[in-house]
Amino acid sequence: MSCSSCKSAVPNPHSAIQDGEHPEFPSGSTNPCKLCTPLGACLAFKGIAGTVPLLHGSQGCATYIRRYLISHFREPIDIASTNFSEDSAVFGGRKNLHTALDNVGRQYRPALIGIATTCLSETMGENMPMLIGEYRKECGERSAECGMTGATAGVVPFASGSETVRSPQTEFRNPELVHVSTPSFKGTHAEGFHAAVRSLVETLAGTQSSGTPSDSLFPETEDPEPEAAGNARLAVFPGMGSPADLRHLRDFCAAWGEEAITLVPDYAETLDGPSWADFERMPKGGTTVDELRALDRATAVLEFGHSLAAASVTAGTHLNKKFGVPLHRLGLPIGVRANDAFCAALETATGREMPARIAAERGRLIDSYVDAHKYLAGKKAVVYGEDDLAAGIAVFLAETGVTPVLVASGERNRRLADAIFAAAPELRDRIEVREGSDFGDIEKRIEELKPDLLIGSSKGYKLARSLGVPLVRCGFPVHDRLGAQRIQLLGYAGTQQLFDRIVNALLEAKQEHSDIGYAYL
Amino acid sequence: MTQPLEILPSRAASIAEAGKAGGPLRCGKTSVAGSVSQRACVFCGSRVVLYPIADALHIVHGPIGCAAYTWDIRGAQSSGPQLFRNSFSTDLQELDVVYGGEKKLERALLELIAKHKPKAAFVYGTCIVGLIGDDVAAVCKRVSAATGLSVLPVASEGFKGTKKDGYKAACEALYKLIGTGDTTGISPFSINLMGDFNIAGESWVIREYFERMGIQVVATITGDGRVDAIRRCHGAKLNLVQCSGSMTHLAKKMESEHGIPFKRVSFFGIEDMSAALYEVAKFFGGEELMEKARAVVRDEVGKIYPQLRAWREDLKDKKAAVYVGGAFKAFSLVRALRTLGMRTVVVGTQTGDADDYATLREMCDPGTIIVDDSNPIELAKFCLEQDVDLFIGGVKERPIAYKLGIGFCDHNHERKECLAGFVGMVNFGREVHASVCSPVWNFVPRRARGRSVLAGDQTIASKLAPTPGNTEAA
Repeated sequence: MSCSSCKSAVPNPHSAIQDGEHPEFPSGSTNPCKLCTPLGACLAFKGIAGTVPLLHGSQGCATYIRRYLISHFREPIDIASTNFSEDSAVFGGRKNLHTALDNVGRQYRPALIGIATTCLSETMGENMPMLIGEYRKECGERSAECGMTGATAGVVPFASGSETVRSPQTEFRNPELVHVSTPSFKGTHAEGFHAAVRSLVETLAGTQSSGTPSDSLFPETEDPEPEAAGNARLAVFPGMGSPADLRHLRDFCAAWGEEAITLVPDYAETLDGPSWADFERMPKGGTTVDELRALDRATAVLEFGHSLAAASVTAGTHLNKKFGVPLHRLGLPIGVRANDAFCAALETATGREMPARIAAERGRLIDSYVDAHKYLAGKKAVVYGEDDLAAGIAVFLAETGVTPVLVASGERNRRLADAIFAAAPELRDRIEVREGSDFGDIEKRIEELKPDLLIGSSKGYKLARSLGVPLVRCGFPVHDRLGAQRIQLLGYAGTQQLFDRIVNALLEAKQEHSDIGYAYL
Repeated sequence: MTQPLEILPSRAASIAEAGKAGGPLRCGKTSVAGSVSQRACVFCGSRVVLYPIADALHIVHGPIGCAAYTWDIRGAQSSGPQLFRNSFSTDLQELDVVYGGEKKLERALLELIAKHKPKAAFVYGTCIVGLIGDDVAAVCKRVSAATGLSVLPVASEGFKGTKKDGYKAACEALYKLIGTGDTTGISPFSINLMGDFNIAGESWVIREYFERMGIQVVATITGDGRVDAIRRCHGAKLNLVQCSGSMTHLAKKMESEHGIPFKRVSFFGIEDMSAALYEVAKFFGGEELMEKARAVVRDEVGKIYPQLRAWREDLKDKKAAVYVGGAFKAFSLVRALRTLGMRTVVVGTQTGDADDYATLREMCDPGTIIVDDSNPIELAKFCLEQDVDLFIGGVKERPIAYKLGIGFCDHNHERKECLAGFVGMVNFGREVHASVCSPVWNFVPRRARGRSVLAGDQTIASKLAPTPGNTEAA
């Protein structure tokens, strides 16, 4: 229950709730339209090559998040936990963190461990930079004890000592440790995702490798394109797209002649991979650590998200401020206008004009807008999800004649309404935008709004079913259909897929609800 | 080059092999940090047990995650109210963490109770509740006084133990309801079904068998659960406890406080289901009741046996790995797989105790790997080494199996298939057969190796499916 509504004319259905001391924080949530921040961080870390996410907190957080992600992506998603007990909650999680880092290193031999905090460790006030620093230092000392110096000083870790095994098989290069603060009482999974991307970039961009990789031992953590990583590349921070979206973005840029771009994160393969010939501890693919290091030399950075574009500090602003990388802050490329802005940024970044293939995709999308415009005229949609996604879809719908009568997100960063109206001014005063929303909140508005369809995650199914209107599934999570990894929204071609699904969902509803049952529409 | 899959030294004592000498398995401990345990937490244990009580309000006091991840994900069905399928949470924010969440909880409870008119409310504590000093019990007392409703705190802070401690916290909360209802009209031949959660209507199936025997089922705890039925369940003469881990604590409490004996049973597989019916007949005594039990078994087994025998032909000597929450389910699965002609070569649980593992060592064939609190790397290693054809587990284990070209049967609470009772054995057989005998494995690289790929081009197949021998060359 929520929420901050942007439209004062709409009666606030929660006046009773908002009498509390903290009006911006009402008394609770019914059927949430958000997940916790560490989930987003884990998702981002899954897009980095050879990375294992590690949650500093109770075992349950890792397990719940794994199950939630697995049910969407249908891929193995290993997330480690520091496994707090009552002792760690009283005395601090230092020992658990160090043991966990040892054990993750030993089991997975990762290139990077992405450490995200939880509400428990954040409430305890764990000093993560200090704890991680101590671990690094102890690893260094242990390496020195083992007679290693200089360039190899990063090589044999296991700081906790008790289980140090020095057989060649258990030696490996120290993984990079990237920490992100993700208290679940602050923000949503989307904000956790962006925070992790920012931490990855802030921690690694412009740094040099600290040790010599023992690549002969562990080739799977090697950079697959070491020579390419050193070259200046276009960087794209895509936000929470699907693996298929990420692959399409790569193709999209390749059409511009940008054959190799650095996507952060890039879970195109790690979360939508082929069947295995052999067991893979960490699935193939992902942005490599070397690519992250080289981001300071990126030719330009394109950062997606209508709402994120108004955030004060992001991965993109960091690269821009610290290294002077040209930054293009864009909405998610859904619809003609957002994709045109994307293309304009690519033209600026590459100095090349829109390639014919992309122009054809754009043309087809507009052509289909025309073909469908009468099916869509006057239709009303309820859109919900992460703020960037909800904004992106709302802006796109406005182009087609569908009115996004209610746009709802779980975030409470007060950016959503402005983000939508900046990109689609024609929606101003015509729609309701609700932040801090949940499905209990949406349900209260929906009877009055009488939408023709819902667009968002599968969690809206119950509402759609009770209303008897179609649900066009997209975003995260989609737990009741196959192929969530391959739902596309981004680019002209991705928008085309979303558009066709929306039109067909409405046609199908019309057909189903008609007594005549025309087979020719 | 593929790295050998290594077992963490601190995990070695939790792994054994049937038929080999060795001390008791290390188990019942908190998971090793960084081991990527498949277990959840105290909160999960409590939530799993209480979730199916359909007419109660379940509110999670904490930040949003715990409530979001447990929203309507399970197959537990209700014949009436659907209130339990909502996710209510105090959604604690930063200021709540600073100033405390008691008032917010109280407000949320009052509003939600007024709106949804539940029969009782359960308030689940999460990790940070204790840390920020909220007195949840006091809030529950106040709301209870104001509404006249049982508002029950569940001490389920995630880090305060393991999932088993969560079961115990749930039992403690449940126990506060028991003994508060009227027991008039309860038959002298009456039981409670405990530890069955009515996944895909399983409680209804089991209840019907007992009703055919003339046994009254007073309460199903907690499958298709109702607050009023739980209040009067102390009027039953016997508690049947399935899923031994979750409900034994409550059964023991009812035994000492109300003098109601309990029997540990399982409703999975022909053998265990039949044994449960006979056990109850024996408890109440009399040849007539025993004959009724035999009649139920006869009728039901007669209906399903021909089908099971047909599948058995295809499944003969296929190998299975089992990794589930509780040990009793593991015992049943080992037996049920034997009914299908299959061999269990890997078996593990999240919450088994030393006795359970001793039982598994005894009942499994020599060479079977037995493991407590395993993780993805270990499970993959065991599956590969034992070359299994089927994995039985939950959502977290499914992708391990699928990626390695192994059939899978979901036996966790998320499933939507009825696997209990005699009808459940057919469903189980159908699912196992469908997965193990699917043609898709012909195309999976790990499986396609050395197999003729239907009528396809073997050159392509061998290129796509590198063997350890040709990987380096590739």
